[in-house]
Amino acid sequence: MPDESILRTINLTKSFGMVTAADRINVEIGAGELVGIVGANGSGKTTFLNLITGYLTPEAGRIFLMGEDRTGLPPRVITRLGVARSFQIPQLYTNLSVLESLLLSLAAKTDTGAGVWRPLYRQPWMDEGVETLGRFGLEAYAHRPVSELPEGGRKLLDIALSFALRPKLLLMDEPTSGVSIKDKFQVMDTLIKVVEESRLTTIFVEHDMEVVQRYGRRVLAFNEGRVIADGRPEAVLADPDVRKAVLGRV
Amino acid sequence: MEAKRLPLAPAVGGAALLLVVPFILPDWMKFIVTLAMAKFVAVLAVALFLRANLVTFGHAMFYAVGAYAVGFSVKWFRIDDMVVLLLLGALLGAGAAALIGLVMARYREVFFAMLNLAFSMMLYGVLLKLYWLTGGTDGLGVGRPTFLGYAPPREYLRDFLYYTTLGVAGIVIYVVHRFLASPLGFYLRALADNEIRIEYSGESVRRVLYVTYIVAGALGAVAGVLTAFTVGHIVPEYSFWIQSGDFVFVALLGGYGSVVGPLIGSIAFEFIRTYASKYFPNEWQMTLGIIMLAIILFRPGGLWAIYEALAARVGRRPSEGRRA
Repeated sequence: MPDESILRTINLTKSFGMVTAADRINVEIGAGELVGIVGANGSGKTTFLNLITGYLTPEAGRIFLMGEDRTGLPPRVITRLGVARSFQIPQLYTNLSVLESLLLSLAAKTDTGAGVWRPLYRQPWMDEGVETLGRFGLEAYAHRPVSELPEGGRKLLDIALSFALRPKLLLMDEPTSGVSIKDKFQVMDTLIKVVEESRLTTIFVEHDMEVVQRYGRRVLAFNEGRVIADGRPEAVLADPDVRKAVLGRV
Repeated sequence: MEAKRLPLAPAVGGAALLLVVPFILPDWMKFIVTLAMAKFVAVLAVALFLRANLVTFGHAMFYAVGAYAVGFSVKWFRIDDMVVLLLLGALLGAGAAALIGLVMARYREVFFAMLNLAFSMMLYGVLLKLYWLTGGTDGLGVGRPTFLGYAPPREYLRDFLYYTTLGVAGIVIYVVHRFLASPLGFYLRALADNEIRIEYSGESVRRVLYVTYIVAGALGAVAGVLTAFTVGHIVPEYSFWIQSGDFVFVALLGGYGSVVGPLIGSIAFEFIRTYASKYFPNEWQMTLGIIMLAIILFRPGGLWAIYEALAARVGRRPSEGRRA
């Protein structure tokens, strides 16, 4: 069934034993939207991302990406369809340099994939890689090992690796977790500037209501695997049910 | 800027030295260096896996595939041309690896190591039992090779073998260097780090390992072809696990952070083994053990790391070739 949305889920359901982590989730995300997902620990936020990206297979329900039913496809295929994600714990290549890591993303997005003969260090890729690192404020680290990055830098690189794939939909899981209170707004400022300049459809998961309120243009509130509110940040985050579910108090 | 270019100074110096070896070394040493360069090709294959944090204790099976390709071709088809058999060996090695790799690309860690060993020992058993075909423990003689149809006089045969092996080693160094500098080569290194990120880049971890396995299989078989003609005789022990263990030992001895490290390790290993068995005939394995212990404890990067440290001390740029 063709539609205009980037992502649409219908009755998406996933359980782990007695716990229902995704309970008939119906969500539609349009092109260019910047959506924050908020919820307490265990509310099903990351499960939702894992279902969309194929890390988990739903027990019931369908996932439509760019209008096509893509339910049950593995992460590699989902990524090639234009859905990239970052992780709560950054997934990086600590043995490589920052630039090499990014060049691998640039290599992966080409039709030929990872070739076996032409070098990774190609001038067009290097130019694009350095430019992308610059957008994330990481150009000074380009030739440094990934292991030398500070925590905020690791978060940014994790997202830059996904961004470099030029996705149609970017999913960011807890982009400020592990980042100091002092740095978290700086990290978010950088990220939001990049995705807004690129008009990239983005969903970010956060448990910090302040971050969601400040940066989300639309907010989905999750509780016990269900979407309990969906709308403008000021309306959703003022909802007593949402505040109780996320903060434990009204 | 790792893996961008071959370390130029040691490459040129080493190549020059190897080119003049036949003029300065006695015949028995020439034989040892030829054998070392032949085995180096298989060691380099094992070193590819080590970069991905994978150990194989069965790579000798491809070594045996190459060697027995020579044995059968000479015995049954009267084909004894070195170039033809190198190509045939590479093809058979790659073919065998393409089949076995379908299984191996699914496994990691100890399962990867031991499944390789299992396959190599199955081949060993077959080579041992099919006496009518393989000659069993007696093995097969392979005679003297021709080179593109030319049969060199007996007194020059050793030189022909030496320079052919040197040429093949040079080609292999270049090919593997290009492979490691490619996106797939970097993914191989990344595989040791983070398979999740590779999959979420849209690349298949299994494909990375599978392609590497095929390349490594071809290299192992090429080494087998070279060794078969160098020694002149092949036996089932080519596929035995101790031979696979030797390849791992040499990769660690030379250092797998560079394509040249395994060559240095291979030459060093053959000389150490030769002299250790001469001066300590009953303890030569212990000598190798002590050397391995020292390498792991003090220089886990192997002999190549020692070279790098020395080069740094005299003010060169060792980082150029750190991971060529």
